[in-house]
This record gives sequence, structure tokens and C-alpha cells, in this order.
Amino acid sequence: MRRITLFLVSVVIWYLLTWPYNFQEHTMDWQIFIAGIIFSIIASILFVEVFTKHPHELFAPIRYFWALCYIPMLFFYMLIANLYVVYRVIHPLMPIRPGIVKVKTRLKSESGRTALANSITLTPGTLAVDITDDGFLYIHCIVVRETDVEGATKRIVGRFEPLLEKIFE
Amino acid sequence: MNEIIGIVFFGIGIVFNFFGCLGLLRFPDIYNRLQAATKCVTFGTIFLLLGVLIYTGFNSLGIKAILCLIFILITSPTAAHAISRGVHHSRVKLWKKSVIDKYKEDGEGGSD
Repeated sequence: MRRITLFLVSVVIWYLLTWPYNFQEHTMDWQIFIAGIIFSIIASILFVEVFTKHPHELFAPIRYFWALCYIPMLFFYMLIANLYVVYRVIHPLMPIRPGIVKVKTRLKSESGRTALANSITLTPGTLAVDITDDGFLYIHCIVVRETDVEGATKRIVGRFEPLLEKIFE
Repeated sequence: MNEIIGIVFFGIGIVFNFFGCLGLLRFPDIYNRLQAATKCVTFGTIFLLLGVLIYTGFNSLGIKAILCLIFILITSPTAAHAISRGVHHSRVKLWKKSVIDKYKEDGEGGSD
């Protein structure tokens, strides 16, 4: 099962990278097509151990639906984040109050925590520094507002956690 | 029409990249500089790649732009985590006007 999943993922990425089908002339480059299958078989035999431990999660359509909902939200927060940082960069007095705060997350799976940390880094004024095994994240903020764990958790993690739980848990 | 929209996207991307580099020069310590470098430069590069996609359309070049976009979204924040964590472990201090450092208080990062 894990091998088949890895094979399908590699084939899809190979075809996206090489794009063997030509839309103008409706011709297929069979050399690239067959080479993709051969290399995907080799990759799925060799690298099955480093791939995901729960392949069935890739075939759950509801997760893709929530991921599609997540992308516009992430894009919106990235836009705000950039205007926020640009404002602080071009302001002559640089109104910053940096510091490292601690927040807690409910997410358990590794991919979920990775997605959460990446989202935090891409959103306003926050940068994930480290994560511990029991679910505490250390976040560097450009402007520190709440220094306690609960307040900072609500402000920083609260807006992503519900959706990420639906996608990855 | 597609070419005009593509060029507008290139312009937006270059402006954000410029402000990212400006932040890299103006901010006081490495953590703040990483913030500017990660956020603005990632966003600017995403706009550049979307511009490539719109400019060329859905052919092999546009599809590669989408793939690069996904990889940048995953790898750029991850690199920032790695750098900030490594810097804290090698005892680089925060800016002198910083408010709080929970990481050091909990004894996780580098101590003096």
C-alpha cells in the first residue's frame, strides 16, 4: 500500500515536471512517459521507508476540501503580514518590541505541526523558533502583546488550529 | 492581456522583494531580520512565479512555476526555523530592547 502510494505520487510529480503531452499538436512523448514509470518504480522500491507512515490519509477527499479552504485564508494572512512588516521597515522610528513567547498547540501529527509552524512563520510578525515534544512552540514576535501562554496561544495559534486539525488529524 | 497582468504581477513581486531586502538591512538583530527576509521575500517570489504562470499560460513552464511555488512555500519557512534555532543555540543574543525571551528562561536554547 505504501509502495503504491509513493509510486502514484512520484509519477504525478514526474509528469508535472516534464509535461510530456503537447496541447498544440496533440502528441505524446512516449520516451518521457515510459521513463517516468521506470524511475517511479525504482524510487518506490528504494525510498519507501522515508515516506509517510499513514498512506490512507492521502485518499481522504474531505482533507483536500479543507486544504482548499485553507489556501485563501493563508494567502490573506500573508498579505496582511507583508503590509505589517513593510510598515515597520519603512517607518523612520521602527516601532518594534521584539521578544520570544511560548504557545501551546493541540495538534499531534508531525505533518500537522510542520504545517502549523510554517503558517505561523508566514503570518503577521511571528517566526517559529522551536517546538518541543509535548506541543509547546517558541515564537519570535516583532511586537509582543501578550507574554503569558494562554493569551499568546489564542492570538497566534487560534486562527489556524481548527482548520489544520480538520486537514491533518 | 495576459502579458499585461503578468508584468503587473512581476512588479508587485519585485516591490515586496525590495522591501524584504530593506528590512534585512534596517532591522536590529538576526531574528527580526529573518522575519523580513522570510515573509516579504517568500511573498514576492510567489508573485513572481504567479506572474510567470499568467504570462506563459498552462504549458510546461507554467506548471513548473506552480511546482516551484509549492516547494518555496514549504522550504522557505523551514529554513527560517532552522536558522533561528541554530542561532539561539549558538548563544547569539536578542536585541537589547527585546521584551521577553521565554526560550532562554525555559533553558531550551543556548545559555550564557
